[in-house]
Amino acid sequence: MEASSKFIARTALAGWLGELSARFRVWAPRREGRAVLYRPFDPQAPEDNLPELDKKPTESAKHIIFPRSEPLINFRRKRDPEHPGQFLLDLRVPEAPGPSLIFGLPPCDARGFMVFDPVYNGSGTDGQARDIYYLRRRAAALLIVRSCSRTLSTCFCNWVGGAPDSAEGADILASEAEDGFLLEPVSSEGAAALDSGLLVPADENRLKAAQAARDEAKKTLKPAPDISGAGKALLERFEDAAFWKGEAAHCLSCGICTFLCPTCYCFNVTDETAGANGVRLRSWDACMTPLFTLEASGHNPRQDKAARLKNRIGHKFSYYPELHEARFACVGCGRCIKSCPSGVDIRRIVTDSVGLTQSPKPKAAPRNIPGGKE
Amino acid sequence: MPELALKPAFNPSTPNPYLPQVATVLEVIQETHNIRSFRVRLDDEQAWASFSFEPGQLGQLSLFGVGEATFVINSPPTCKAYLQFSVMRAGEVTTALHGLQAGDKIGLRAPLGNSFPYNDLKGKNVIFIGGGIGMAPMRTLLLYMLDNRRDYGDISLLYGARTPQDLSFAYDRADWLGREDMRTVLTIDAPAEGWEHKVGLIPNVLTEMAPSPENAVAVTCGPPIMIKFTLQALGKLGFKPEQILTTLEKRMKCGIGICGRCNIGEKYVCIDGPVFTYAQLQTMVNEL
Ligand SMILES: Cc1cc2nc3c(=O)[nH]c(=O)nc-3n(C[C@H](O)[C@H](O)[C@H](O)COP(=O)(O)OP(=O)(O)OC[C@H]3O[C@@H](n4cnc5c(N)ncnc54)[C@H](O)[C@@H]3O)c2cc1C
Ligand code: SF4
Ligand code: SF4
Ligand code: FES
Repeated sequence: MEASSKFIARTALAGWLGELSARFRVWAPRREGRAVLYRPFDPQAPEDNLPELDKKPTESAKHIIFPRSEPLINFRRKRDPEHPGQFLLDLRVPEAPGPSLIFGLPPCDARGFMVFDPVYNGSGTDGQARDIYYLRRRAAALLIVRSCSRTLSTCFCNWVGGAPDSAEGADILASEAEDGFLLEPVSSEGAAALDSGLLVPADENRLKAAQAARDEAKKTLKPAPDISGAGKALLERFEDAAFWKGEAAHCLSCGICTFLCPTCYCFNVTDETAGANGVRLRSWDACMTPLFTLEASGHNPRQDKAARLKNRIGHKFSYYPELHEARFACVGCGRCIKSCPSGVDIRRIVTDSVGLTQSPKPKAAPRNIPGGKE
Repeated sequence: MPELALKPAFNPSTPNPYLPQVATVLEVIQETHNIRSFRVRLDDEQAWASFSFEPGQLGQLSLFGVGEATFVINSPPTCKAYLQFSVMRAGEVTTALHGLQAGDKIGLRAPLGNSFPYNDLKGKNVIFIGGGIGMAPMRTLLLYMLDNRRDYGDISLLYGARTPQDLSFAYDRADWLGREDMRTVLTIDAPAEGWEHKVGLIPNVLTEMAPSPENAVAVTCGPPIMIKFTLQALGKLGFKPEQILTTLEKRMKCGIGICGRCNIGEKYVCIDGPVFTYAQLQTMVNEL
């Protein structure tokens, strides 16, 4: 594959993304105020929306393949001409969207989709029931991952099988190389996308420069602790109410961690209507909120926030790996740590559970915050 | 780590598991003040002719504009005329379902979930213990066994509710009480005028009935508090956890193991259940 690696100058980037826009709906991270968000790339004004590649995106890329809210079925009630007073149902499934391309996502975001994949491809029903909405977007999407030249203090991809230059799940791996990017094809579709007059073959110097930058980035991550025993340790901790109460003491049940997470894949289904027309929507949901499991009888198997946090961590480090070849359902992107308003740190909970660390007993939960007390 | 996996392929002819089939309500039966049964049939003749399910499996009933909710198909697979769902009014969807009349259209996604191990029950004595709406999931298995009576040993039923008016399936009960090939005990919580059957809580009546655990399996469904004490009573009678079957409920959405709503540890009620043995429950995380 090395032979077909290409180089693109920074100055040519917008032009190339413009070219790709003819075949794909192109998405790239863009700076908006203090946040970096994935936005559609506008080929009409390419220079005005150059991708932000230095700062890590605040949100994950999952909404491009798994929208925050998407119509599953459009429905319409029609009067039955043969039986007055009765209605017929007309159900329509929205057309598949065209192919998309995500440029500049960090390796952890690409690996996040790999956590979705088996579940949405019907692993639970031996392939009997597959999520066509996810799959049709996923199969048609091209991922151009950019390796990280810098890491954040919250990054811990190396704990969970990732790396700042991991190509897992990518179609093309882009790495900073001086005045531009080295582009290495990972899949055949990725190789095809590198067929452009704006790209030049990568020379030895740039290959070396890119490799050096990647090695440098790797060194900035602290060594990973051994958390291979987390699955078992978390199960053993299941009944340890004091442990979970302590870990969850400051959690506000706001759900930010789940919405920003590239691997949190739970959803809700709701209907909306206007007159005789309506739509059945599927929308992101968060297991951190009490409504998630509330049953019609009033019974709630996860009544308190400790039980909910326990499920979130348990799912990622114990239940999911148990079902999916020991792969953790966390890619170590650190967003849930960085954006949690009350400092809940998933790394700490995992190392506490395996006994590598022992978090001090938390002080009383902060007052005057809704949900801060329970 | 598993090796670098490729992204999943998408075959455009993959069936859409979220798209309900359109069905027509054939008949509505008022069972109790808050339970109604609906007999429904798929509109598509071909789909209906090839429809099959196993006792214990679920259906998602859809009212477009309101939502979907999960119910056990409580008619037996041997009934080819309709599928029956018994719906207790509990919230939004169930209340809207109660407004349906014969001729109305609904959406149906079925069958979903696992089923009662009716083949493993062959040759065994089976005791059914149901409380309230919990009779619904057991009805399908009981009727199936009665339709294949010779395959099974003794069949007993203990069915209880708060008051006589809270007992469903009047049309079955007359038959069950009259049959020589099964033992039927009905019970209510407190004495009521004209009541000729037992009075007392289900676990207590069960203890009195004292079914033998020898070559037997107990099937029990009902509200959590009843299940809790029934399990204790069965334990005292000598039933081992492997000999007890029950069904679980969770707030469900997709019904196909994807939406992540119904998990108990790594088990999903919608695909690994709703039927579990008590022995299985004991190996699961304690989060019912
Ligand atoms: C495996 C299984 C089998 C069931 N079988 C039957 C049956 O045969 N007869 C019967 O009357 N009821 C049954 N239920 C319970 C029934 O699904 C709920 O009562 C119903 O979903 C409540 O919906 P609602 O919109 O009226 O209530 P609301 O409180 O308005 O609920 C809103 C939403 O919450 C969800 N929800 C709330 N409570 C439950 C719950 N206990 N279980 C699942 N989802 C819930 C539903 O998705 C619903 O759309 C079963 C539940 C499960 C999980
Ligand atoms: S852990 Fe933090 S981000 Fe997640 S729900 Fe609790 S307070 Fe919100
Ligand atoms: S759990 Fe936190 S660190 Fe792990 S993938 Fe999700 S947001 Fe990133
Ligand atoms: S109902 Fe969606 S996973 Fe079980």
